[in-house]
Parts: sequence; structure tokens; C-alpha cells
Amino acid sequence: MCRLAAITSNEYFSPMENIIALETMKEGHDGSGMGLILKTLGGEFEELRDYPILSGICSKNGLHTLDEYLNKLGFKLKYAWTPRVKPVRGIAHRDYYFARVYDYPDVFKDRSVKEKEDLLLQTRLSLRKLGENDESIIVFSFYPDILTLKEVGDPLELSEFFGLDRSPLKAKIILAQGRQNTNYAINMYACHPFFIQGYGSMTNGENTAFVPIREFLMSRGFPGYIGYNSDSEVFCHILHYTCKELGYPLTYYKDVLTPLKQSEIDKRTDSDVARMLKISLRPLCIDGPNCVIAFTPDGTCIMVQDAKKLRPGVVGGVSGKYAFMSEECGIDSVIPKRDKTRDIFPMKYDMVIVRPGAKEVTVWNQLHG
Amino acid sequence: MEPAARLDHNHELAIKDLPYIVIWRDDRCKRCGRCTAVCPMLSIEPTVVVKRAVQSEGLTPEPKTVRYTSTIVKQTTNIDRYCIGCGTCSLVCPNEAIEPEYNPQHKFNFHKNKGGHPYRRGGRRNDPNPSTLDRLRFTRISMLTDPALDAGRHEFRIRTYLGRILPAEELPLKMVDGKLSLDKTSGKFIPPVREIYPIMIGSMSIGALSPTMWEGLAMGITYLNEVEGMPVVMCSGEGGMPHRLLKSRFIKYFIPQIASGYFGWDEIVRTVPLMVEDPCAIEIKYGQGAKPGDGGLLMAHKVLKLISEIRGVPMGVDLPSPPTHQTQYSIEESVAKMIQSMSMAWGFRVPVYPKISGTRTAKAVLNNLVRNQYAAALSIDGEDGGTGAAYAVSMDTMGHPIASNIRECYLDLVKYGQQNNLPLIASGGIGKKGNLAANAAALFMLGASAVSIGKYIMQAAAWCFGDEMNRCNVCNLGKCPRGITTQDPKLYRRLDPDKVAERVVEVFKSLDIELKKIFAPMGRSMELPIGMSDGISTDDAAIAERLNINFVC
Repeated sequence: MCRLAAITSNEYFSPMENIIALETMKEGHDGSGMGLILKTLGGEFEELRDYPILSGICSKNGLHTLDEYLNKLGFKLKYAWTPRVKPVRGIAHRDYYFARVYDYPDVFKDRSVKEKEDLLLQTRLSLRKLGENDESIIVFSFYPDILTLKEVGDPLELSEFFGLDRSPLKAKIILAQGRQNTNYAINMYACHPFFIQGYGSMTNGENTAFVPIREFLMSRGFPGYIGYNSDSEVFCHILHYTCKELGYPLTYYKDVLTPLKQSEIDKRTDSDVARMLKISLRPLCIDGPNCVIAFTPDGTCIMVQDAKKLRPGVVGGVSGKYAFMSEECGIDSVIPKRDKTRDIFPMKYDMVIVRPGAKEVTVWNQLHG
Repeated sequence: MEPAARLDHNHELAIKDLPYIVIWRDDRCKRCGRCTAVCPMLSIEPTVVVKRAVQSEGLTPEPKTVRYTSTIVKQTTNIDRYCIGCGTCSLVCPNEAIEPEYNPQHKFNFHKNKGGHPYRRGGRRNDPNPSTLDRLRFTRISMLTDPALDAGRHEFRIRTYLGRILPAEELPLKMVDGKLSLDKTSGKFIPPVREIYPIMIGSMSIGALSPTMWEGLAMGITYLNEVEGMPVVMCSGEGGMPHRLLKSRFIKYFIPQIASGYFGWDEIVRTVPLMVEDPCAIEIKYGQGAKPGDGGLLMAHKVLKLISEIRGVPMGVDLPSPPTHQTQYSIEESVAKMIQSMSMAWGFRVPVYPKISGTRTAKAVLNNLVRNQYAAALSIDGEDGGTGAAYAVSMDTMGHPIASNIRECYLDLVKYGQQNNLPLIASGGIGKKGNLAANAAALFMLGASAVSIGKYIMQAAAWCFGDEMNRCNVCNLGKCPRGITTQDPKLYRRLDPDKVAERVVEVFKSLDIELKKIFAPMGRSMELPIGMSDGISTDDAAIAERLNINFVC
């Protein structure tokens, strides 16, 4: 299994909090990799919130290709962040880890948000393609106020490797996953969390309905629905498809992932809609054990479970800071001073929601709609 | 010179030329006559023969020849009365004195065209080999990285949809107070969609089937729906349905079929205003897997009173349905119109879908149907499907296997993102070797939304004798020894409809458990694993390549 550690707060905090939480949950993952997504960034990125950040890894040649490509498109580099890498035994050092902030090409400056988002997506996909064969360029995200770091290795050792313990890097929402590499070869694109156009997610689980879901997403005609080196990437894309492409309110994500039985739908006030979605989006129904933690562009964080609640997941915290973790010990390491009796273990009908600012936690129950 | 034929029987067939040889044991037979009375083909008959024996009586051997008459059971070599191997004789014999034995060296196919009439039969294609479906295995087993589910305890949802499904982008929804609601002012047509059990009973008509068989199936279906909560549905086949059923609330479990003969539809149309429920769907038959490109045929000796009433035709005449609908001249126009007309008859509240034979051209049909918003599904019937009557040449050599046909159609839908919009129904040889659940599950994983069965249920629920070694298979003659495919009251009263119904229920209940036993270890429970092609494999590289699935060895 993997272990998940997500924190949302009204104050900036270091990703070390997530990593230490992962360390406390270490019995549940084999330390074969770690992924981090930071949203609502602080520190040096705070002033650059409106500019897209390209996160990834590249070789020396790859960097040259990347610069050349982005220059050609008219992107202007505003700021380049790179972790202060400290060699650690067992972690293979790649040439260049980066989070580079760009200004949009001049012709795009006054374009709509959608046009800008499409440009960023297309650019990320092109870069991915350029570096895919020789792994000279690996890009995880290209979006304003999002920074992604991924590498193979033990999370704690990786934090040392990236120098996160000494770095001023901070954010208000951070998702971290300690990965267990199971049925797919180690590939950086298979590493959680996943991100697309403002939506991010990570999962502890195995999606047994992966192939039909992948086929459905890939046939939507949306260029970003590609990759799928991990069966969990679809959770992120389903969220994007549901909320952004179809424009449905967030709670319908749960209805899409784990639709209710007809007898349960009949009791919902929006029963006709719930039935239609169940039928029309049948290929997106997930199966297998899965705990999904995700965030939306506005910074809302959620946790949902599969329809049988086969994976661990708990949400707890205090007003101003909530943690979404695989295990309670993970929350203990981040927010020890909380009322543990109020920790929430979402079950099969629940969607746990913490809005931006982390003021309070709410549980939406699918049965009641 | 006078030919010697009369003396040496040279122009007659020998027993060894026949497909089944009746093994009769003189020493066990008590001459009760049950076997000869029951034989549907009159292949065996009581005969008196003179026998010679050497006897010796007295203290010292004094052999002498005596002649005596004896009654025996003799098999005829008349090809019109050939033994079909049904074994009804063995069934009724009190002393196990008689049974037919398959003769693999038979010459039947060389001779069964007397009078210039090609061999016709009912039943199935005579290919005893396993089908592609039987070559598929379920190899994606949940092990350690994800827990297998418990078929006995976990909740499973084994259901599917029959009907045209609108893509989410086209749903008429609007946002009200942060919730989605149906925009009833949009004027958007929302096609009817039924939630059904994914294994249906396929189209077998009253006429092809005896009244007792059809009644048994209908009762079984109704029980499954009303008592067991399993929404199993059944297609009527061509030839109408009893008025009483049409006007009852149970019609919602049935799919009336309209085919090229339009038999029974005068009566159905007249009944529409009296119907209290809509039927589950309407099937338009354009083809049948067992005899593709061929019409339907109900032979005259099966057109008795009940059939003539339901179908609205005179008694005792052959009822051929043409190979194609007479109004059909293009799929773009006339097929579309037919689908639309049938939809209109029930106020667009009933899904209407065409059924075609498995064919290389299935994709072309599919491509057209996806553009027809009233087409509710596409049913494809593969070559291993059954029939009540067909020319043997059609049955044995024409047609397309279902597995690759369904797969290529599904992948075509995937290519255009339409895989959830138009359900594919697969039929033809499902459960041919008795592996109903496995064959059905494999077809779902290849892309079928539902499957349809016929022969399987006849064998499982009504003890049909037929097999792929041409055993029995005389459904066309009205001589069915089980009373399944006959209109002769002497024969069909052998079949107890209550027992058929009971077996239908047993079959579906056990099928449900078996499907769970397949889905649970694969970690699937919430939705039918349609298109879950990573779940199946085969040890045949060519099949794996053709179906785009894993090869294992």
C-alpha cells in the first residue's frame, strides 16, 4: 500500500510536516518513492502567484531543449527555483530538479483563463513528449501556484536529498505520498500526486476498473487525458472531467466514482440527476480498494473512499489546520493537540471536505445528496 | 439383365452409414414396447424374426436345429427415419436394454438430401470444438496489492443498461442552489434506459417453442423479477405473444420482437391501447447468427391452432420470414425509420434496438446506429447461435464468431468515445460447453454490455437432448422428444412448465453466484466489467492478438 499525508492550513507550513507524517506511517509503505504537490505557495513564490510554475526534472541536454522550446513559444523565465541537493546514498542524482516561474507569452497576456490554461497544458504535454524517449525532460505540472517534486527513494531520505529540512519552501496546502511500487515499473510519471489544470489527487489503492476508465477518458477528446502510467492517475482526471469539463459541483465527484444503488438514489432529492449521471458516466465508476485525497483549484481539499471502504483514511485537526492522512498516527505527528474524538474516518458514503482556509471540516453524505 | 439390387440391398444405406447406431440387448429387453412407442423418428420398430438354434435334450448330446420366432427391436436404415440419437428410448426403457451410440464414421451428410431437398434441421452448428470464449481465462486476480472481494458477503451490482445512453455532455442539466437538476425546459429528448440483468433470454418464438416451454420460461422470468429481485428479461422471438401477457403488468419483463415476416404484429398493434405497462424493449430482427442472411421459418406442421391465432395466419402452412425486411433498402433511411416508428408506437418510452447476425460488416451497421439517436442498442448474434429450423449448410458454414465481432465493434466505439452510448448485446454460443457465467463474463470484458442465451436455457431448464454431434436437433420437425420445440400436444404435455420455470430460476440464481465468483477475485463489484480487457487472457497467441488481450502460457 501507499501512505498519504495531506495538510491544509490557513498558515504557511513546511513540506517536512507531511514527510514526518509519512515517516510515522512507514509501516504502511515501502519507501520506494515520494511525490509532493504544494499549492498556495509561500516564501519566494508568494509574490509570483499569478505566474505559471513549471515543475519537473531534466538532464543537461533536456534543459537546453526545454529552454529553447519555451523561448520559442514566448515564455519568459521570471524565477528559477531548484532544491539544494545533498547527495544521499541510495538516491540516484538526476541532473536538474526545478520549479521555474514563467511569464506568459505576450500574445497570451490578455487572453482568458481558459486559453491560458490550455496553453499551459499543451506546453506541458509537448515538453513531456520531447523528453519521453530518453527521459531527458520530465514535467509534472505547469500551472500557477503549483509546485511538484517527485523522486524515487525513501521520503525522509528524499527530504534530506532535496534539502527540504533547510529550505524556506512553504505552502498552505501540501499533498505528499509515500509510494509503494507494486504492479507498475518505476516511472516518475506513475508517482502520485497527479495534477491537471488546478486539480490534484493522490490515492492509496488499486483501481481494478482502470482499463475501461482509461479508455473512456482517453476518448473524451481532451488532450490532457493521457499518460496513465499509474492506474490512480484517472482519479485526478475524473475529478477534472466532473468539475471542470462537465461543470458539476464537487460533491458529484463521489456520485461518479461510487454511484449509489437505485433504491438509494430514489431517496435523494436530485434522484433523476443521480440516476442519469450513474448511467451516462458508468465507465468512470471505480472499483477496488481506494482512498482518494484531492484538491480543487480554489483550494478545497477532500477525502473519499471506495464503495466498500477498503483502505484506511482519517481526517482530523483544529480550526485553521486539518490533516488528511492514511493513519491517525500521521495526524498525531502534525497536529498532536487536537480533540482526537472528533477525528473523522470517512466511510463509503462520505466525502470529507475542508474549504480553503481550513476553518472547519464538513462531511457530505452521499445518501442525503 | 435384371439388377441384383433387390437381392443384395445395394441401394440402401447400411446401419454404419447412419450417425447413431441403436444398441439393443436381446437378453435385457422384456418387449414392453415403450422404446418403439416413444421414438420421435420411428427409427426403431418391433419386428418378428425367425431364429435358428442348436439344441440338445437328453443324456447324451443329440444336437438338432430348431427354428423359432422372436420379437426384436430393429433400427431402420430409412434415412427419413434415421436415429437422431436423442436417447428417449433409453430414458423409458425399464431394463437399460437400449441406447443409441454415436457413429463417428457416418455418411449421413452424403445422403440426407432425398427428393432434392437439402438437409434442414434445428438446434445448433455441429462443431463440438470449444469456442474462442472457452479459450479465455480470467487472469487479473487481486493478490495482496488489493484484496480480493468476498463473493458471499460483499455487495455486488450485476446489472446493465438497455437503451441509448446520452453522453454526460448532452444531459439537460442546470444548476439550482448548488445542486444539479433536470432542465425540463430544454426540450432535449432523453431516451428510455432500462436497468436489467446482463444475461437475457434471447429471442425464441412461441411456435418455435412449445406452449409449455414458453410458459415455463415466462413464469421463470416473472418469478426472478417479482420474487428474487433479479431483472432478467426475455425476448419473444418473431410471432407475437399471448394477449393475456401483452395486457398484463408482466409485459415489462419481455421484449417483443418484430422480424421480416411481421407475424403476430397485427395482434400486438391492436393490443397496444390496452396495455397497462410498456414492454422492456422492442427488438427488430434483421439477422440470426445460426443462419445469417437467411429468413425465418416455421414449418407447417408446427402451425397449429394456438400459433395460427397468435400469428394471425391459417393453420398448417409454412411460415417463412424473408431474409430481409421488405421495406429495407438502406440502413440510413428505412432502418432508421423502422426504429423510429417502433419508438413512436410506444411514445418514445421503449428502447428499440436491432439484432443482426455476426458479420464482417457489423462495424458498418454500428457506425450508422451510433448516429441514430433512437437506436437503443445493437445485438449481434454469432455463428454458434441456435435456431428452430435452418438449412444445415447455413448453420454449419455461414456466420461469424461472436468474440472478435464484439471486440472490434467495442474498440470501434472506444475510438470514437461512444462505448457507453450504444450498448452491445452479444449472443451465439454463450455457454456452449456449459460455461455460461465464464463465457458471459468474458464477453463483458471484451466489450459487451449484455449477453443473450437460447440453447443454454433449453438444455439447462428443459433437458434438451441436442448437442454439437448432431444429437436430436430436430426442432424443425415438431417432433421434439422433450416437448420443447413442438406444437404436438402429445409431445409438449411431456414438459411441465412449472419444472421449467423452477429450473430457469435455479439457473439464474446459480449464474449470479458464479459471476460473483469471477468478479470477486478480480476486485470488481460495483459495475459490470465492460471492456475490462486486462482481466482476460488466452493461451492462443493469435486469439490474443486479434482480441487485443494478454497472451499467457
